[in-house]
Amino acid sequence: MNESATVIHQAAAAAEKPQQNSMLRDARYVVSENPVTGVAFALFSLIALCALIGPYIVPHDPLASDTAAALKPPSFAHWFGTDQLGRDMFSRVVVATRLDFLIALTSVALVFAMGGLAGIAAGYFGGWTDRIVSRIADTIMAFPLFVLAMGIVAALGNTVTNIVIATAIINFPLYARVARAEANVRREAGFVLAARLSGNSEFRILLLHILPNIMPIMMVQISLTMGYAILNAAGLSFIGLGVRPPTPEWGIMVAEGAGNIISGEWWIALFPGAALMLAVFCFNLLGDGLRDLVDPQRRT
Amino acid sequence: MLKRVAPPEDKGLPLLDVKNLTVEFHTRRGIVRAVEHINLTIEKGETVGIVGESGSGKSVTSYAVMRILDRAGCIADGSITFSGFDLRAANESDMREMRGREISMIFQSPRLALNPIRKIGKQIEDVLLQHAQVGTDVVSEKAVEMLELVRIAWPRERYHAYPFELSGGMCQRVVIALALACKPQLLIADEPTTGLDVTTQKAVMDLVVELTRERGMSTILITHDLGLAATYCGRVVVMEKGKVVETASSELIFKKPTHAYTRKLMRATPRPDISLRGLLPEGETAKAKPPAPLRKKRNQMPLLVVDNLVKEYPRQRQGLSFANLLARNKPVPESEVFRAVDNISFSIARGESVGLVGESGCGKSTTAMMVMRLIDKSAGSIVFDGEDTGEIPARQFATLPLRKRIQMVFQDPTDSLNPRFTAARAIADPLLRLGELARNKVRARCEELARQVGLPVGLLDRFPHQLSGGQKARVGIARAIALKPDLIILDEPTAALDVSVQAVVLNLLQDLKESLGMSYLFVSHDLNVVRLLCDRVIVMRAGKIVEEGPTKRVLVKPHADYTRDLLAAIPHPPL
Repeated sequence: MNESATVIHQAAAAAEKPQQNSMLRDARYVVSENPVTGVAFALFSLIALCALIGPYIVPHDPLASDTAAALKPPSFAHWFGTDQLGRDMFSRVVVATRLDFLIALTSVALVFAMGGLAGIAAGYFGGWTDRIVSRIADTIMAFPLFVLAMGIVAALGNTVTNIVIATAIINFPLYARVARAEANVRREAGFVLAARLSGNSEFRILLLHILPNIMPIMMVQISLTMGYAILNAAGLSFIGLGVRPPTPEWGIMVAEGAGNIISGEWWIALFPGAALMLAVFCFNLLGDGLRDLVDPQRRT
Repeated sequence: MLKRVAPPEDKGLPLLDVKNLTVEFHTRRGIVRAVEHINLTIEKGETVGIVGESGSGKSVTSYAVMRILDRAGCIADGSITFSGFDLRAANESDMREMRGREISMIFQSPRLALNPIRKIGKQIEDVLLQHAQVGTDVVSEKAVEMLELVRIAWPRERYHAYPFELSGGMCQRVVIALALACKPQLLIADEPTTGLDVTTQKAVMDLVVELTRERGMSTILITHDLGLAATYCGRVVVMEKGKVVETASSELIFKKPTHAYTRKLMRATPRPDISLRGLLPEGETAKAKPPAPLRKKRNQMPLLVVDNLVKEYPRQRQGLSFANLLARNKPVPESEVFRAVDNISFSIARGESVGLVGESGCGKSTTAMMVMRLIDKSAGSIVFDGEDTGEIPARQFATLPLRKRIQMVFQDPTDSLNPRFTAARAIADPLLRLGELARNKVRARCEELARQVGLPVGLLDRFPHQLSGGQKARVGIARAIALKPDLIILDEPTAALDVSVQAVVLNLLQDLKESLGMSYLFVSHDLNVVRLLCDRVIVMRAGKIVEEGPTKRVLVKPHADYTRDLLAAIPHPPL
C-alpha cells in the first residue's frame, strides 16, 4: 500500500515540475493521448507534402495527353490509370492537391479574419456592432449556401479568386456566431476587468486577451471548415464554375470521370473522389488534435 | 430488493457505518487516492459535521456513500453499510431506490441542483412520484405542504415558480424540500450554505437542523467552516488529504483539539477574539513583523471622497413576472429605474483600510466598480486625490495615468487570471501598459513582486491552471501592487480560498499595506474577516449606508438593527 502511495506522490511531483514550453513535446503528448490525432496529423503531412512538392515528383506531366494510352485501367505504368485524353491520373491527383489545398487554406484564413474578428467584436461590444454582425450572418444563413456560392462566383466572375471569396462568405456565419458566443461569455470575466485595470485599450483586450482564449474552439472550427471549403471548391468546379479544364482539380476530375463510370472506367472518378474524401476526413479528425495543441489546459 | 447483511432491528447498529473506505480516481497521471482508509459511523438522529479544506476528500466520501462517483472514481476498498444494507455491493437499480427515499443530499449550488425549466412544485412532485410515496391525486397537495414546511411564503403561488424567479436562499429551501420529501433517514448536506449570505445561512441551517431533529433523521454536514460545523453538529470529523485526522464532539474540538491539523484549522478560522497575526499557525507569527511603515504624509486631505453617489439601472421588464403576479395583492408602485447605489457618501484617508460590508445585492460591488472607474455613475461625485475621477468616462479611464493609482484584487483568483497568460505575463501586463518601464527590466520587477507577495519565483512561468488557489491569489495581488497604487479595492479577495490560505493572504495584505502605505477598500460580506483588516467599517443595505464607524465600535456596539442582525447570524460555536 505504502509503495503505491509513494508512486502516486512521485507521479504528482513529476507532473508538478515546471514544463518547458516546446511545441514538439506538446504535439507528442497530444498524439500519445489520442492515436486518431496521430493518424490525422500523418494524413495532413502527406497532403501538405503533395501540395508543396507534388508537381516536382510526379512521374508524368499532368497536362500531357497521350491519346494512344487513353482510358487505361490502373497499371504499373499508370498507378491510377489514365483519362479520356490519356493523361496520367496519379500525376493529376497529386498535382491537384496544391490548388485545392490553397483554395481551402486561403478561404479559411479569409473567413477567420473576417468572421472571427467580426464575431468577437460583436460579442464583446454588443449593441449596434452585435446587431449588424448578427443580422449579416442571419442573412447569409437564410440562403441555401451552395446556391449562394454559385451565385457569387457567377456574379463576380469565373476565377479561382472568386471561389475563395465565395467559400469565405458562405462560412462567415459559422465563424461569426461561434466567436460571438465565446467572446460574449468572456466579456465580463475577471481577467478582462483586470486587463482594463492594467491599462489595456478595448482593442488590445479584444486581440490579446479574448482572442487567444477562444482559439481552441476556433481551431476546431477552422479544421472543420477546411474540409468543407475543399468540398465546396470541388463542388463548384464539378458544376463548371471556378477552375477550368485542363487544370488538374479534384472536382473537375470527378466531373470528367462521372460520365465514364457507366461504361466501366471507374478509376477516373474514383481516385480524385477518394483524395477529396481523405482530405475532408483528415481535416475533420484534425480538429480535436489542434484544439488540444493550442489549449494549455489540455496539455497538462 | 437489497440484501440485508444484518437485521435492521438490531439497535446496536449505527445508521451508517463506513469502514476502511478507500476511493481512487483514475486520471491521466495514474491513480489518485482521494480518500484513504477512513472510518465513519453515524448514529440514528445524530448530526455529524465533516470538516476539511478543499481536496480533503470530504465530498468524495459522501459521493461514495451515495454511489454517485463519476466514472473515473471507484471504491477500491472498505465497506459502506446503511441500516443493514451493504451499499458497496448494491446494484444501480437498488441504489436508485435508496437515493432520495433513504438517503438524500443537498448540494452546494441550489441553482444548479434545480432544473431551471421546470416549476419547483413539479420538481417536488417528481421525487414523490418516483418513490411512490403518494398517489397522483394528492401529490400536488403534498408538494405545497413541503413548500410550507420549508417556510416558503405563499407556497401555493410559488408552486408555479421557476427557480430563476427565486432568490438563492429560497432555492436552497426548495432543494431542502426536495431532499426531505420522501422522509429519508439520512440527509447529506454538502456545503449547503456556501454562496449564501450570513443571515440566509443562519435561516437555512436553523431550518435543516429543526426539520431533521423533528423527524429523527441523521444528518451529515459537509463544510469547510469549522465554526458552522461546531455550531450545528453534535460531533465533528476533521479530514485532511483523504484521511480522518480527528473525531470529537463539537464542544471538545474547540476546547481541546488534539491533532495538529485541527489546531491549525482552528487558529485560521476568523473569530471575534483573535488578532490578524493570531490566525497563522504557531511558530510563524513571530517572523511576520514587517519593516517600519514609510507612510508619506503629504497632507491630511482624504485620498478618496465619495459624495452622494448614485447608480441607477433601468428595470429589466415590467411584464408577467412572478413578482408582479404577487404584487397584485398589495400593489407597490414600481419606479422605472432600480437604484443599486442610493446616495452614498464616504471617504478614505491615506493609509487607511475601510471595510464595505453588506449582503449580496446591497450595492457594495457596484460601489466598488464605480470607484474603480470600471462602470459609470448616475449621479454624485468621486474625487480621488483632488481629481474628480467620476467625470471621466469608464471607457477612457483605462489608458489614463490615473489608472495606475487605483487597482483592484478580484474575488475569484481563477476567473481574474487570463488562462492563456503565465503568472509572469499576468503580473507584467500592467507594467507593460502603464509602467513606463524598459522592457528588459519588466522580468526583474516581476520577480521582485513575486518575492514581495511570497510567490516562489520558479512558479512565474506556470499557467493559472498549474497553480493552487493561494498561489493564484498571490499572482492577483502582485498584479494589483505592481504599479504601486495608492488605493486598492479588495473585492472579497479570500472568499474562494480555504481558511488556512485565507489567513496567510490576509496577513500578506496587511504587511503590504504597512510597507507600501496603500489604502484599502475591503469589500466583503464577512464581518469577522473585515474586523481583522479594517480600521473603519461601512455597512450597506439596499444601496444605502446604514452604519459607519470604527471597526471596534461597530462590531461591539452596533447602532443599527441590521448590523446587529448581521453579527448575530455569524455562527457562534460553543466555546
